[in-house]
Amino acid sequence: MKKEMIVVKNLVKKFKDLTAVDNISFNVKEGEIFAFLGPNGAGKTTTIKMLTTLLHPTAGSIKVNSFDVMHNQDKVRASFGIVFQDPSIDDELTAYENMEFHGVLYSVPKDVRRKRIDELLEIVELSDRKNNLVKEFSGGMKRRLEIARGMLHHPKIIFLDEPTQGLDPQTRNKMWDYVKKLNKKEKITVFFTTHYMEEAQKVAQRISVIDQGKIIKTGTVESLMKDTKTKTLEEAFLELTGRDLRKDSASAIDGMRMASRMWRGRK
Amino acid sequence: MRTMYIIWLRQLKRYFRSKSRMIGSLGFPILILLALGYGLGPVYQKAGGGNYIDFLAPGIVAMAILFMAMFSGIEVIYDRQFGFLKETLVAPVSRLKIMLGRTLGGATTALFQGILIFIIAVLVGFRPAHWAGIPLALVFMIIIGILFTAIGTAIASRMEDMQAFPIIMNFVMMPLFFLSGAIFPLEGLSPVMKVITEINPLTYGVDALRQALTGAVHFGLATDFIVLGAFTVVFLVFGAYMFSKIEI
Repeated sequence: MKKEMIVVKNLVKKFKDLTAVDNISFNVKEGEIFAFLGPNGAGKTTTIKMLTTLLHPTAGSIKVNSFDVMHNQDKVRASFGIVFQDPSIDDELTAYENMEFHGVLYSVPKDVRRKRIDELLEIVELSDRKNNLVKEFSGGMKRRLEIARGMLHHPKIIFLDEPTQGLDPQTRNKMWDYVKKLNKKEKITVFFTTHYMEEAQKVAQRISVIDQGKIIKTGTVESLMKDTKTKTLEEAFLELTGRDLRKDSASAIDGMRMASRMWRGRK
Repeated sequence: MRTMYIIWLRQLKRYFRSKSRMIGSLGFPILILLALGYGLGPVYQKAGGGNYIDFLAPGIVAMAILFMAMFSGIEVIYDRQFGFLKETLVAPVSRLKIMLGRTLGGATTALFQGILIFIIAVLVGFRPAHWAGIPLALVFMIIIGILFTAIGTAIASRMEDMQAFPIIMNFVMMPLFFLSGAIFPLEGLSPVMKVITEINPLTYGVDALRQALTGAVHFGLATDFIVLGAFTVVFLVFGAYMFSKIEI
């Protein structure tokens, strides 16, 4: 029996009168690659925020690496690494300094830290740029740096929130190569969200289809297709979630992203 | 300690790397120093106040610290918008340590800014009455820096975007400066002005710097220290509380 890495029971999150996450339960096993697949505004990011202690659930319980998210926050925080949907690196520091900052925050001892930083930068192919300021990096390079950073403190789990959004196919491919490599090599559990079918199909071992705050179905790609009597994951997905267009409830966040892009453009 | 150190170090690196910000934020204090110093100097002299640059310089040093410290505190908004705040908030580090590291970093950069303005003031003719007062002035400069970084942090913890900037500038920083006794003597004010200046924490910072650098006494250093210290403790606690409440 493999250990359960994430155990979520009856999780609910309400923002005023909007129910973003509506009574969901699921488990993720150690070493598994697990995906949340859902349209915009389905509650994917809200769930990740609760799993990573950034938001308090309205109801329900979450255990990450056997620690309760509400009562054992620091233990939970030390257990995972995360790549957020939006960039979260300091542009005015170098790649190496961003890594160093992270390593110290997570109390990785100096000798381990130095070695690990070099090793990870090697894997994501940024070694030759490590002393450059991050603001000189392309979007893809920043993403790669974030993945390396998320792995720095030897987490048990890595959360990836729509990690490939806005990346070109080459970078996207490479990125999943790194993630799979680290999943194999270090037995890291991977939890990611996406709305790209082919990504979920290629990478995830198990998928939860989520829509309007509810988990509609969980299973392997094969079982999802079999249960919906469809031939591709995309058809299965549309069968499960319907064909209506979604309102993007993240429009406020999009506005912020625009603003940050504009600011960045000024330099 | 190491976590607070790395957060402090980050603030310093950002400060020293952004030369335009460093120079840009010197502009306004220098303008005030020169425009008021030379513009009002003769009138002040005629009124029997003595050398106006000598009176004004400590106030402008305090102002430079106020501005830099508040902006450092407000950087929480930048970090929120550029996403870096999330990186620190999911780390297994208490929010208090993050907030203290930031505040000390902000206070340190504000101190540098104050020292730069002090040097510039000396270059345009300011002469401290006794150079031995400088170490004491440095102590007060640090306290002023910590106090206003904490206030900036507290305000920024509740603000979501950059649009808050002009509001803070016009409704917090400018009034704090203009109503502090930095540019006019506190003696003989109308009762309303007297009350306003006396509830302004910067007044005590200016007064302390003025006494340390020029020997002019109004409240006395002990009062200045107690009032500033109390304000600092209160706003550190308040700022830490506000910072701990941030949700993303």
